[in-house]
Amino acid sequence: MTDVDEVISRIHREEWARVVATLARRFGDLDIAEDMAAEAFATAVERWPVEGVPPSPGAWLTTTAHRRAIDRLRREVRREEKHKEALMLSDTPEPLGAIDDDRLRLVFTCCHPALAMEVRIALTLRLVGGLTVPEIARAFLVQETAMGRRITRAKAKIKAARIPFGVPFREDLPARLTGVLAVLYLIFNEGYLASGPGTEAVRGDLTAEAIRLTRLVRVLMPADGEVAGLLALMLLTEARRAARVSASGELVTLVEQDRGAWDRELIAEGHALVRARLASGRAPGRYQILAAINAVHTDARDARDTDWSQVVALYDQLVSLDPSPIVRLNRAIAVAELDGPEVALAEVDGLPLEGYHAFHAARAALLRRLGRSEESRAAYDRAIGLAGNTAETAYLIRRRDQLAGRAPHSP
Amino acid sequence: MAQYLMSVLDDQARLASAEEMAAIDVFNEQLQADGQWVFAGGLASPGSATVVDGRDGDPVFTDGPYVESKEHVIGFWIIEAPHLDVALRLAAGGSKSCNRRVELRPFLG
Repeated sequence: MTDVDEVISRIHREEWARVVATLARRFGDLDIAEDMAAEAFATAVERWPVEGVPPSPGAWLTTTAHRRAIDRLRREVRREEKHKEALMLSDTPEPLGAIDDDRLRLVFTCCHPALAMEVRIALTLRLVGGLTVPEIARAFLVQETAMGRRITRAKAKIKAARIPFGVPFREDLPARLTGVLAVLYLIFNEGYLASGPGTEAVRGDLTAEAIRLTRLVRVLMPADGEVAGLLALMLLTEARRAARVSASGELVTLVEQDRGAWDRELIAEGHALVRARLASGRAPGRYQILAAINAVHTDARDARDTDWSQVVALYDQLVSLDPSPIVRLNRAIAVAELDGPEVALAEVDGLPLEGYHAFHAARAALLRRLGRSEESRAAYDRAIGLAGNTAETAYLIRRRDQLAGRAPHSP
Repeated sequence: MAQYLMSVLDDQARLASAEEMAAIDVFNEQLQADGQWVFAGGLASPGSATVVDGRDGDPVFTDGPYVESKEHVIGFWIIEAPHLDVALRLAAGGSKSCNRRVELRPFLG
């Protein structure tokens, strides 16, 4: 890559969302915004290596895209003489909330609750993140044409149903923001525990993209505790990425990870965010509690130094906010370290999570510690059958085959 | 301003109760006061429907609804709203007042 190429891809990362968002507001049309932003960047790729990078690249891109959009609309107007329709645009709703940034409007539009979750994810990655359709299709193991159709249909629904390009009503803001954070967290998790067979175990491109988007939302909503909490959670999770898969491609559990391979810089940033939230004295939401749990783990230089009573106390707080079976499962896993496997197993058994691989994996590990090998083996079998991540499957198979009793066998 | 159709869905042919009717009246009055009302009405049971095909020569009449489905439209509102966020709120209010689910769909603009 030449220097100019690097500059262009950096500017693409930094400026894409702003260019799309500015155009979307001016023209009230996401199609035009997306197409013209892409054209402007294509023009930059052509011209900047020859003419040099302009002093204010973001403004150059926005102006270029804007001119192209006007040209296109003029052509359409001339062709169809539908002047009003081409400029219907001015009747886009004005900002309704407190925050005024086109990129935030774009985020809320892409994550609108009237769109299906997979559609929100695809739109956010395309329009806010600037990923190409083939990149998004690869990330979610979907055919390129199918992903293209998904995004096209979403834009058509936004237009036909008049999903506003704006931030939500103040009363709707907490619920809508929760929806945005859920989209970002799903993108992160898909990267952190990639679900497809034959994909890498950890998709750094997706986790990095999720962190970048969350940083953007944090810039736009700096006062929100849950935004900060989600960012901290992602940073403290991402910090362990290098230690999470062994050289042989096996998942390494938190307790067994080489803590020297953790990214200290990310941990420091995550801890600072968690401390700032604690200092605020406000009641934390779920992401802040999850971040605090991860802060306790990353605080321990050695797994044996983990403050498990603190972890369990945080899970108790989480259960009171969200008593879902998955939260109770994770709490029970921490309880095993504090009160032993028997107590934990009693809490795990009976959770309605028969179809969830982590439930069986947790049971298998607890039964192993209790010396109940046959039951443990059966639980590993169930977990292996349900797990979607290659590294996790490899780990579970090895652990099963280490069980005393029967000779190791392959699945 | 855009117009939206709010179809009321039900899986049985029960009429609105007195309580539901009262809540619907309150909701309708609010719609009218806010200038968001276009039209509304309840429909007779699906069994009273006749399908008519007049595309080819003499019209053909078929007794009963076009699709046999578990849920049918038993009433509707047509409302006016500047964008979907407002329409979604109205749909939530409508659903609450008639105590049934509603499907919200934009008219072609």
